[in-house]
This record gives sequence, structure tokens and C-alpha cells, in this order.
Amino acid sequence: MSVLVIAEHENGVLKPETAKVITAAIKIGGDIDVLVAGSNVAAAADSVAGIAGVSSVKLVDDANFEHQLAENTADLVVELAEDYSHILASASTTGKNILPRVAALLDKSQISEIVDVVDADTFKRPIYAGNAIATVKSLESQKVITVRASAFDAAGEQGPVSVESLSNGAANNLSSFVGVEQTESERPELTAAPVIISGGRGMQNGDNFALLNGVADKLGAAIGASRAAVDAGFVPNDMQVGQTGKIVAPDLYIAVGISGAIQHLAGMKDSKVIVAINKDPEAPIFQVADYGLVADLFDVLPELEQAL
Amino acid sequence: MKVLVPIKRVIDYNVKARVKADNSDVDLTNVKMAMNPFCEIAVEEAIRLKEAGSATEVIAVSIGDKACQEQLRTALALGADKAIHIETDAKLESLHVAKLLAKLVEQENPELVILGKQSIDADNNQTGQMLGALTKRGQGTFASKLVIEGENAVVTREVDGGLQTVSLPLPAIVTTDLRLNEPRYATLPNIMKAKRKPLDVVAADTLGVDLAPRVELVKVEEPAKREAGVVVESVEELVTKLKTEAKVIS
Repeated sequence: MSVLVIAEHENGVLKPETAKVITAAIKIGGDIDVLVAGSNVAAAADSVAGIAGVSSVKLVDDANFEHQLAENTADLVVELAEDYSHILASASTTGKNILPRVAALLDKSQISEIVDVVDADTFKRPIYAGNAIATVKSLESQKVITVRASAFDAAGEQGPVSVESLSNGAANNLSSFVGVEQTESERPELTAAPVIISGGRGMQNGDNFALLNGVADKLGAAIGASRAAVDAGFVPNDMQVGQTGKIVAPDLYIAVGISGAIQHLAGMKDSKVIVAINKDPEAPIFQVADYGLVADLFDVLPELEQAL
Repeated sequence: MKVLVPIKRVIDYNVKARVKADNSDVDLTNVKMAMNPFCEIAVEEAIRLKEAGSATEVIAVSIGDKACQEQLRTALALGADKAIHIETDAKLESLHVAKLLAKLVEQENPELVILGKQSIDADNNQTGQMLGALTKRGQGTFASKLVIEGENAVVTREVDGGLQTVSLPLPAIVTTDLRLNEPRYATLPNIMKAKRKPLDVVAADTLGVDLAPRVELVKVEEPAKREAGVVVESVEELVTKLKTEAKVIS
């Protein structure tokens, strides 16, 4: 048995999801090889080599993979797939984009967003917006799987293993990169942050989201949002926590002016400690909150910033 | 340009799914069903392309038992020109659906297929990408903007960290994210008109796709319940509890 993990990186820097996917791979067992495909990603490959559990790193550094477009990357993964019983990637937008394409090219049914490994064939995954947990057993000879990174701890460190440079696959010209618009932020990334403070429709407008800054600064927190806040145009959508946004599981999640719709809870209910600040005592968020404060957020936020 | 829009009948998004007592699956008897919200967005986008003059025909397709004709009629009422029901009682995985759709793409040869990015029941987020692989077409997943520029579909995608734009030579596959558009409602006259629009039924087993299961559903359980928490009276009390009881801040 051997596992191929597709590394997650951005601008040549390895993303923390990869070490969590490797933990899932360790639970499956067997040798773990990691593919780092991209342009100018040698440093990311070196970082991967130092993650505990990794047997070898395969580096494909080529302009064809610069933006990790699904069409080229899937073809590359398929070329390497033969030797592996399991192919894993993070259930990030990159992994979700590429892996089903790989699965179909290999004629395999994929299992998405696993949260636990029961054995090498059997996995647990949430369905119906996290309202049920399904245990599924793959009957495929080769398993193609995406991993919900927030459900696994990051693997530790090791003395670096070898990095093998491979020649690249060709571009298939089914798509081309036009541009990217990144959201600038000094704060930790939502999916990796130990503390998250999120605002909902109760914030009333985009400017009021600045009220969260003070508390976030004191706690070193990332700032998230509910779908209601995103749909209302208060903040950009990559801040959205929920079934259709990012799935997070920080140590502390502070929900401010968020009612707690199913779609939002699906994205954050595995947080260690949940705090809800809402003036409506009937808001469903209080049913999952460890600590609830029924009060006007506009009074609470400055007070909270002061108290920290 | 011909546009194919696959849609799925799922549990209504407002309904909280309940697990069956024997843990065999989620209980869908007497539960309100509806068109998957991401599929509604796909239908809306296709109709907008038609209204803008870039699409000439919009074909809605759904795969499943007879009941999904209800959702196909909805798509027709919203403005689709014709509907195809691929009938089967089999429990389908994304790969099966993608293979059936690939057969349809072969027959109908649409320049564009617009799907939802995921269904809110299985939460797989696979079918569009798989269809891209099987039809050897480029894929613009999680689209928040779609522009047809000559022979290309220019798709702005919602990715972690922001937005990415890609250009796909047509024919291509696009999957919708929530912010692509706001779906319209069907008006009563349009619902009446939809009853006279063509709806072809094709038996899935005539399409030559092996629908044998490749993933076995072992069991379905309720997620771990969170203990009900406490309501604190003041910010001070909250901070103290977070420091001393929960120990999540210092």
C-alpha cells in the first residue's frame, strides 16, 4: 500500500493543510509520497520533505503548473497514479477542483471531505451540511480522496527526506490563466487560525466589520463572516465560514451578530470553544455556543476589546 | 450556442435532515424536496445567456426517479426550452452521474454545460469536474462570473484567498458558486406554459453506463452533539471564563 498526497501551496509557499492531509495518510498506512507541482516551488518541496511521515517528495517545477489549473495538473497526477493505492488532496478549492478530474480519468469513484479514517478502505464524512456523518467503504482498487484539513492535526517534523525532480507533463490547452485578485490581509488565514471572530448580518454594514479588528488584534484572530454578511456585500466571499465557504475548527470561535443557520454551523461547529454574542436570545447559535452573551454587539465589542 | 443544465432534486435547504433510527441512511420520507440551490443558479445563468443572445437553446436534464420531473418542470417554467429525464431508481454516485451526462453531451453536443458546484445532500462537489475529464473539456469551477467572449468562456472562480479568472475554449464545463447570480421566481403563466414544453424520458440503462455501486454506505449517524453552554451576564464574566475555565485565551 502506498499513498500519494498532492501538496497544497500558494506563491511557492507550502500551505498548512498539507501537513494535516499527511496525518490522514499516516492513518491509512503505507509509504507516503508527496507531489509538489507548480512553478518555483522548490522551497515548498523542501518544506514537505521535513514533515514527519513523508517517504519521498516528487517535485515537478514547470510553468505549465504555475496556477495549478485542474486540466494540466490532473493529467500529471494520473501519469503518476499507477503506483499508488490512495491519492489524497486537501478539500480546499484547489483540491476540490483537481481531484474529481483525476478520479474520473482513472475511472474511480471519489470520496470527498473525509473527517476520519476507519481503515484503509473505510472513511467517515459529513453529509447534509454536517447534519449526518456517513461511514463509507470504497470498493475501488484505488482510492481517490479529499481530506477536510480541519478534522486532522498537522503531522510533526522529521529530518528531511530526498526530493526527486521529475520531468513535467505537457499542457493540454483546455484552459488558460487570465488573472487573480487576492484579498489582502495581515491576519492569519481562516482555515489555520487558532482564534476566529466572525460577523453576521447583525454587523449591519461593511464598515462596522472594522469593529472586529480591535478584538481580532488582541487575540491574534482571523476574521470570518456568515453567508448573510457576504451576500449582503459587507465583506468578500473568501471570508465566508460555512457549508459553501470555509470549514474551520479553531480553539476559539466568536460569532458576533450571527443567527446560526444550518449552513453556517456546518462550517464551524467543530470548533473547540464557541462564543455567541447576539441580542436575540432565541438565535439558534446559542444552542451550540459554550458561552453565550445576550447583548447588543455594538456595546459588547468595544468592551471586549478593553477587557482583553 | 446550446447550453445543457443538469439539475438535482434534493431535500429543501431549510429542512434539517434526520438520520433513520436504524442508521441506514437519512430519512427522506415525507420531507420537502426542491431543486438544489446551486442548480437553480445554473439554470438562471443559462437563461440569462439566452436573454443576452449568446445561447440559443437551454436544455435541462435530471437523473433519478420519476419525481425529479417536478424539478425539470420548474426549470422549464424558469425558461429552459426542453427537458430530458434520465430515469433510474439506482443510487448513483457522482461518477455515474458524470458518465450518464457525458453520454448526453455526446448526443446533444452543447457548447456549454453549467452545473451547480455541489448538491446540498451528498456535499460531494465532484460531478462537474468529472464531466470535464470524461468529455475532455476545460472546467471553470466555483464560478462567480461567466462571460462568453467569442470562442471562449471567461470564468471568474471563487478560490481560497480571493478570485481567479480563467479562459476556457468552448465547448467547456462551468460549475456555479452562490454569488454567480440571484435566481428568479417562476411566474404562474410560465408554470402553465412549462406544462406544454417537451420533456423526454430516457431510461438510464439504455445509455450503456455501468451503474454498479463503487462505494458502500456502511452507516449514517447523528453527529456528536455539543453540550448546551452557559449564558454569561457580562463581558467581564465572559473574558474570565475564557481565561480560567475554557483556557483558550491567556
